Amino acid sequence: MADYAAIERKAHTLRVIGKTVTYILLTFWALMVLFPFYWMVLSSVKTYSSYNGEYIPSFFTLTPTFQNYIDAFTTVDLGKYFLNTLIFTLATTAIMLVVIILAAFAFARLDFPGRSAAFALFLSLMMIPNELVIITNFVTITNWGLRNTFTGLILPSVTSVFYIYLLKENFGQIPEELYKAAKVDGTGDMKYLLKVMVPICRPTIITVVILKVIECWNSYVWPRLITDNPAYYLVSNGIQEIRENGFGRENIPAMMAAVVVISVPLIILFLIFRKKIMEGVSRGGTKG
Amino acid sequence: MKVVLEHLTKRFPNRNKKIHSEVTAVNDFTFEIPDGKLIGLLGPSGCGKSTTLNLISGLEKPTSGKIYFGEDDVTNMLPENRGIGLVFQNYALYPHLTVLENIMFPLENLRGDKKLTKQVMREMAYETAKLVQIEKYMDRKPSELSGGQQQRVAIARALVKRPSVLLLDEPLSNLDARLRLQTREEIRRIQRETGVTTVFVTHDQEEAMSISDMIVVMKDGIVQQIGKPQDVYDKPVNLFVAKFLGTPPINVFRGRFEGGKLFVGSECILAKEGEKDRPVTVGIRPEGFIPAEDGVFTCDLRSIEVMGRDRSVVASHSECTGAEIRAIVASDCDIPVHNGAVRFNLKSAKVYTFDELS
Amino acid sequence: MGRKSFKGWLYLLPAILFLAFFMVYPLIDVLIYSVEEGYNSASQSFFSYGTYNFSYVLHDPYFLQALKNTFILVIITVPLSTGTALLISLGLNSIKKLRELYQTVYFLPYVTNTLAVGLVFMILFKKTAYTDGLINLLIHTFGGESVDFIDGPYWAKMFVMCFYTIWIVLPFKILILTSALAGVNPDYYKAAQIDATPKWRTFTRITLPMISPMVFYLVVTGFIGAFKAYSDAVALFGTNLNAAGMNTIVGYVYDMLYGDSGGYPSYASAAALILFAIVLTITFINLSVSRKHVHY
Repeated sequence: MADYAAIERKAHTLRVIGKTVTYILLTFWALMVLFPFYWMVLSSVKTYSSYNGEYIPSFFTLTPTFQNYIDAFTTVDLGKYFLNTLIFTLATTAIMLVVIILAAFAFARLDFPGRSAAFALFLSLMMIPNELVIITNFVTITNWGLRNTFTGLILPSVTSVFYIYLLKENFGQIPEELYKAAKVDGTGDMKYLLKVMVPICRPTIITVVILKVIECWNSYVWPRLITDNPAYYLVSNGIQEIRENGFGRENIPAMMAAVVVISVPLIILFLIFRKKIMEGVSRGGTKG
Repeated sequence: MKVVLEHLTKRFPNRNKKIHSEVTAVNDFTFEIPDGKLIGLLGPSGCGKSTTLNLISGLEKPTSGKIYFGEDDVTNMLPENRGIGLVFQNYALYPHLTVLENIMFPLENLRGDKKLTKQVMREMAYETAKLVQIEKYMDRKPSELSGGQQQRVAIARALVKRPSVLLLDEPLSNLDARLRLQTREEIRRIQRETGVTTVFVTHDQEEAMSISDMIVVMKDGIVQQIGKPQDVYDKPVNLFVAKFLGTPPINVFRGRFEGGKLFVGSECILAKEGEKDRPVTVGIRPEGFIPAEDGVFTCDLRSIEVMGRDRSVVASHSECTGAEIRAIVASDCDIPVHNGAVRFNLKSAKVYTFDELS
Repeated sequence: MGRKSFKGWLYLLPAILFLAFFMVYPLIDVLIYSVEEGYNSASQSFFSYGTYNFSYVLHDPYFLQALKNTFILVIITVPLSTGTALLISLGLNSIKKLRELYQTVYFLPYVTNTLAVGLVFMILFKKTAYTDGLINLLIHTFGGESVDFIDGPYWAKMFVMCFYTIWIVLPFKILILTSALAGVNPDYYKAAQIDATPKWRTFTRITLPMISPMVFYLVVTGFIGAFKAYSDAVALFGTNLNAAGMNTIVGYVYDMLYGDSGGYPSYASAAALILFAIVLTITFINLSVSRKHVHY
């Protein structure tokens, strides 16, 4: 009998040790994730002279300054980059939504010859990596004289075969009877789409919007190819520009202030819509 | 091996975190399960029967009370050391393993001096598979089997390590009606052949009554009655047990004792000497009604349903607490009807009185 | 019927137009570019068709460097990030308290701008005239020699690159694996416990097979993603990746296309097609391996 009690006690001790180790490891990685954020905020509120005066950087500062933030907006055109990114993100997402909703509806509900062949063709396009087509797109946009315009920035990224697929699957789950009932009642296709399908599939649409917004906000490659006029820089390009020519290479506090300003909107968005975003990403997101 | 439960109590913290009270899932359960018997734990959902099973298996720890397997106190023993077999409601067969691998899985865990060779494991697995008649499907994956076959594999997996106690959680609820009948006979047969002490949980009273040596009826964590199925059916200790057992369910009326006689409405339906005058609740089993011209109990006939072997008389009565009365009578029996009223004599053994008023 | 069929195509029209212009046409075009020898982007003329572009790219030391960098990055980061994510997810799955907090924190890198946070990593690892950088000071305290991780030896730069890549890709993997683990029916674990299954065996024989489809999905997407690495490198080492010796295949493609070294769409196309072929081959190998080891 004592034997079992001993086994039980040992198992309990092992459990406690296991839990402790788990928490230590989890906390370790949490610190690894958080530390760069802490460091960027910390560096951004140190004065230029104190930052460069610290051979051994201190882990806090008693005299925070906001001068770096003022510098970030005045020395380089951070406000402009911000506005550009906002316009780019909103416009791309809005146009894309229209395009993919119409296409998904056509595939899910409308009956037309060649539908399944067209859908198969669409699906096969999902395999094509962006890197392959970006070369010609660059040449096309250049030839059309659309470099350094919002049109040029937006055009190639307003369709996504994957999102059409995601939405079509979701539309397909709505019982066809609803569509037939609407037809019998004399509801037009467009009205049905907007009044019935879109509201029912709102969660998926929100997912798509979230993923697209994150993608737009962080996009770097295409904007870099297509803009060399700082008036059309997005934040990513702005950051790169700041790094290479901005405040003078050594003004790291001002650089960090810019980094904070750029990172904050998405982090706030994430903290507000945490559940939705994580759900959305696990349903249909990859990074890259 | 006999299993003894002594003042077993389990409380859970309330799910609603704002309320700091506790929920008592099992309350002061004392029972000795005799060696080699098949016991049915029966009750509506949320009555604590599954918690009781989890306490016996060790997956849950009791708040207070003791559990003995034979003479051993296993209250604080981890489930893996108890030597039990557990069959889950959804079978929990490992979908990526074949039937053989599933059945062998518990044996492969044996360590030290109990360690078996692959050959012995295979033999034991096949032997158990034969017992549950699944030996033809050893190389299949669970998804390629029917529900009934999956159930047998689950039982084989639980039995293969020769457990001292076999526990089954709602073993038949995932099967269709025809398979359910067949499988419950199967469980009975396997239990008899192995002689393993078996406890199973169900909410289906017919299932419990048909195969158990003893049944335990539970409600709100409290044991209502323990006994042989027929005894519990014939002598329910309270209204709940009376209502819970039997299909169609028992008919319940408001009644009273007056001068050693039992009245429902204005009619005296039974003489019961020595009962004090008081209001009571009267329960009459559907098979307790005998249609008769001069019956003592008058009801308003609604309809007669023919069911082949017997007929179901549907009637109503002003003192009946339910929506309708159902009486089961033999199909060759006359049912005299006058002005929409039907009269019955009653079998006194099928009439129960309870002091609780519903 | 005529009106009806016309309507379906009408709804599809915007998508078809965009895809035709920016996906199908470029796809054909890139194949053409890749075989046009001596293409001149100013005069838009070329000499002849052939495989010279491929042979040029394959003999270009910059491309070979990029190829090597990319392969090292892939081989290190894919297993390491998947393994770490699995470990963290298992940890997350075993706790109740603070779980949501940890999950939220772990997800943060997903929603940050790769370029922006890359700068933070740069200053943490970089040695300047003013300071050795935090990481080097840390190495000092443990008695090591300080290294410049950004402008120093190759292995140091590769280390930062891998570390940053893992930091960036972990959130997605942790998210996917945590939900995969949460999706395993707890009854399997109870059954295993009753059968006295040791922890490690429970993991290898039950947990891992159950989540194998998701692990496999992560490995496939991880390979594809790592082969396309680019902006993390730019974030750490600047746009002139060739000079830093840290270019990637995708970086090579863009450098050929644009910037100081640009103006060679033919070479860019050839390099992009080589990348596509590599990714396709690896994915194909992954698929055939998975057929043996992934359940369901």
